[in-house]
Amino acid sequence: MSVSTAIARETLLDTPGLSEGHLTQVMDRLLSRQVDAADIYFQYGRLESWVLEDGIIKEGSHSIEQGAGLRAISGEKTGFAYTDSLELPRLLDAAGAARAIAQAGQNGARALPAPAAASQLYAPINPLDSLDELQKIDLMRRADAAARSADARVQQVIVTLVAAHDVILVMDNSGRIAGDVRPLVRMNVQVIVEQGGKREQGSAGGGARQALDFFIDDDRALGYAREAVRQALVNLDAAPAPAGLLPVVLGPGWPGVLLHEAVGHGLEGDFNRKGTSAFTGRIGEQVASTLCTVVDDGTLPGRRGSLTIDDEGTPSGNNVLIENGILKGYMQDTMNARLMGVAPTGNGRRESYAHLPMPRMTNTYMLPGQHKPDEIIASVKHGLYAVNFGGGQVDITSGKFVFSANEAYLIENGKVTRPVKGATLIGNGPEAMTRISMVGDDLALDSGVGTCGKEGQSVPVGVGQPTLKIDQLTVGGTAA
Amino acid sequence: MSHPEQIARLQQVVEDLLREARQQGADAAEAGVSTQTGLSVTVRLGETETIEHTSDNGLGITVYFGQRKGSANTTDLRPEAIRESVAAACRIAKYTSEDPAAGLADPALMARDVPDLDLFHPWDLSADEAAQIALRCEEAARGFDPRIANSEGATLYTQRSGFIYGNSHGFVGGYPTTRHSLSCAVIAEQGDEMQRDYWYDSSRMPGELASAEAIGRTAAQRTVARLNGRKLGTRECPVLFRADVAPSLLRSLFGAIRGHAVYRKSTFLLDQIGVQIFPDWVSITENPLLPRAAASAPFDNEGVATAYRELVAGGVLQGYLLDSYAARKLGMQSTGSAGGVRNARIASSGQSFDELVREMDHGVVVTELMGQGTNLVTGDYSRGAAGFWVEGGEIKYPVEEITVAANLRDMFRQLVAVGSDDDIPGSIKTGSWLFERMTVAGD
Repeated sequence: MSVSTAIARETLLDTPGLSEGHLTQVMDRLLSRQVDAADIYFQYGRLESWVLEDGIIKEGSHSIEQGAGLRAISGEKTGFAYTDSLELPRLLDAAGAARAIAQAGQNGARALPAPAAASQLYAPINPLDSLDELQKIDLMRRADAAARSADARVQQVIVTLVAAHDVILVMDNSGRIAGDVRPLVRMNVQVIVEQGGKREQGSAGGGARQALDFFIDDDRALGYAREAVRQALVNLDAAPAPAGLLPVVLGPGWPGVLLHEAVGHGLEGDFNRKGTSAFTGRIGEQVASTLCTVVDDGTLPGRRGSLTIDDEGTPSGNNVLIENGILKGYMQDTMNARLMGVAPTGNGRRESYAHLPMPRMTNTYMLPGQHKPDEIIASVKHGLYAVNFGGGQVDITSGKFVFSANEAYLIENGKVTRPVKGATLIGNGPEAMTRISMVGDDLALDSGVGTCGKEGQSVPVGVGQPTLKIDQLTVGGTAA
Repeated sequence: MSHPEQIARLQQVVEDLLREARQQGADAAEAGVSTQTGLSVTVRLGETETIEHTSDNGLGITVYFGQRKGSANTTDLRPEAIRESVAAACRIAKYTSEDPAAGLADPALMARDVPDLDLFHPWDLSADEAAQIALRCEEAARGFDPRIANSEGATLYTQRSGFIYGNSHGFVGGYPTTRHSLSCAVIAEQGDEMQRDYWYDSSRMPGELASAEAIGRTAAQRTVARLNGRKLGTRECPVLFRADVAPSLLRSLFGAIRGHAVYRKSTFLLDQIGVQIFPDWVSITENPLLPRAAASAPFDNEGVATAYRELVAGGVLQGYLLDSYAARKLGMQSTGSAGGVRNARIASSGQSFDELVREMDHGVVVTELMGQGTNLVTGDYSRGAAGFWVEGGEIKYPVEEITVAANLRDMFRQLVAVGSDDDIPGSIKTGSWLFERMTVAGD
């Protein structure tokens, strides 16, 4: 048994006084003759957040999220109930409610093949205790000071520091029990700058499945502060972005949100089982330029999007989605994998015990290519160079995706010239991927800030890419 | 299940919490407790797909030691979790700074009586009955047009909730509420093209929900109408935001006049009270006391009495949206806005949707907005969009993969008309908004 599973058993079974016998009793209630699969998911979550604003520690908050979610699956049907109490009678009630889905026709529970043991990708620590309160406050104050001393035009600084400690335990109908201890920390610096009555904002941050020391190491917190100020000042000087079809060069790292929106969601197993994705039925086909190899990799140690095991107990994987432009596979949870006759890929994720698992991304990125970033920019006569983005959105059925640049520049005659603002990019996923004509050798992952929303559920994710060029994309600025 | 009787139990929890906070040394405290149970049934392609029994509890407490503040919340309402939470809030307050603006809302503003806004109408239906309604909805959608080839399903969701808020001024108030909704999303196919769209309704009272068939047909109609979408050349032209996407423009306005954005000077509507920000015919109000409405509440999240209010009159901004904290930062008084705007409405300039299409003559009708391209600090606005191209005052064909862009400050000032077509679900009542000129980017 892994250290994480041992901690999870102690936290979620021993402490509330649940024995294996009790679990078997709950599982027996959940299973009926018609149920194909069932699981019980226990969660113990603690989160602490701090806010510095106007130079003072303005707020602090502590959150408890704890409970169990019970699921019974019969064919394509799912019954689900959850409880915030880990007491046996409440678990039995929830099991009774969840099993009501199973009515007819199936063959009874099938045991899953036991997956290989997962290797631990982060230490099973409680990051809330990784610094004491005075150290947390000092860290935030130093970030505030770094932002204010970076430039006299800084008017407002908001620093947030969040540490989350999640312990999960999942038992499936084969009796397999797997646990995970998931630390997650996040820090952000947001600034408002002002010059001659004109105001702009900038924001930077990072995070990881690590202790809070992560932000002290390499002076990361101070780096976020300076980066937020730099971004805000760039935008102070920015002119309106152009409007129309242009070549677009995307910088390395966080702009990989392109991949998340343009292809990632469309390759989630549930949409493809249901035939609602623009990528449905296209495995083996060319869906991107041959320069593109895209993976979803939950196995990167310590990354925000990484998972030792997913929320169904399957070890995460390094799954190739697109290889040299050819669609290789989808991301799967156990239910969609079973219904599509493929193996689960370790992408079954849920926001909490109170949500159903679905196929979700982990860290999605494109592998590096041959070109130097300078060569890529030099190849563009008139275009956009976008290095930082806000969020994005996709309609997986039509393939339309959009994402908004919050730091972008014009490229004129092969050179990056002036900053522009208000550039929203819109395109069609498969089409845009086919128009990728140059891929850089400078793969970078984002700093650990991504959160992905799907059907009302938020989960932490990572993205990344090298510098790349899309020959044509619609840029939605206001300048002619 | 949350019944009015349960409110008494929640009230006890809140009172215990406030007492516990005082015992741990807090000078002032406020707490809220909520409980919710519900049933969500999704059908897809004529079969039940998921039956979800929801049951959520939540408790939040904020303590004040002088002007220092600490907060905690928990989904676990057992006594040990409550004790842990109060202790955590008190511990945090040892480390936060003295903040002159921190504290409870002004006691003089507390709601004195809590009117019954008729928000509790439970729907006792079984999972089977819920599935039957959702099936009728999806069937109406799938039967609407042969091009409806696939479905994401239809979902009936019914929930009942109760909550109590109390603070150490002695204010305690709460009430039960219900919400019921039915939604449907389908997919139309033609050749290689696939388009998805949806429709829904929600209400406090089961009998006020639109019929399952009507919701299904609307979902199908909206989906089929997207087929054969074309791109559009980049241009400047009039843009009409259809009523179902227009609420997002009001939400941008509300985001820009939120007290927290104002005191942080992070809004393009800084220092605009008393200033003409819309044409003089524009009137925007909020009415938190509307019976049975989606966002009704007799008091805000700090116990402050809510009231009917003009936000914009004669095109002039009348005030900000202030909770007690932002109010103190700005030297103003809370407007009962902790928790947001409740039941906002913009008055129509009188034209029907068809009349607006004729009036615009040519341009884009926006029926979908995508992405987050709204910068409330500068007002810069650039969103992904889909909709229809209008020529000669008539809708000609669907358009997609375009963006619409301008600055919100200019858009608000140059608003041409607001339609009378405000029959949309949700807490914001608005018709379609017509703008004379925006940049539309395409190919």
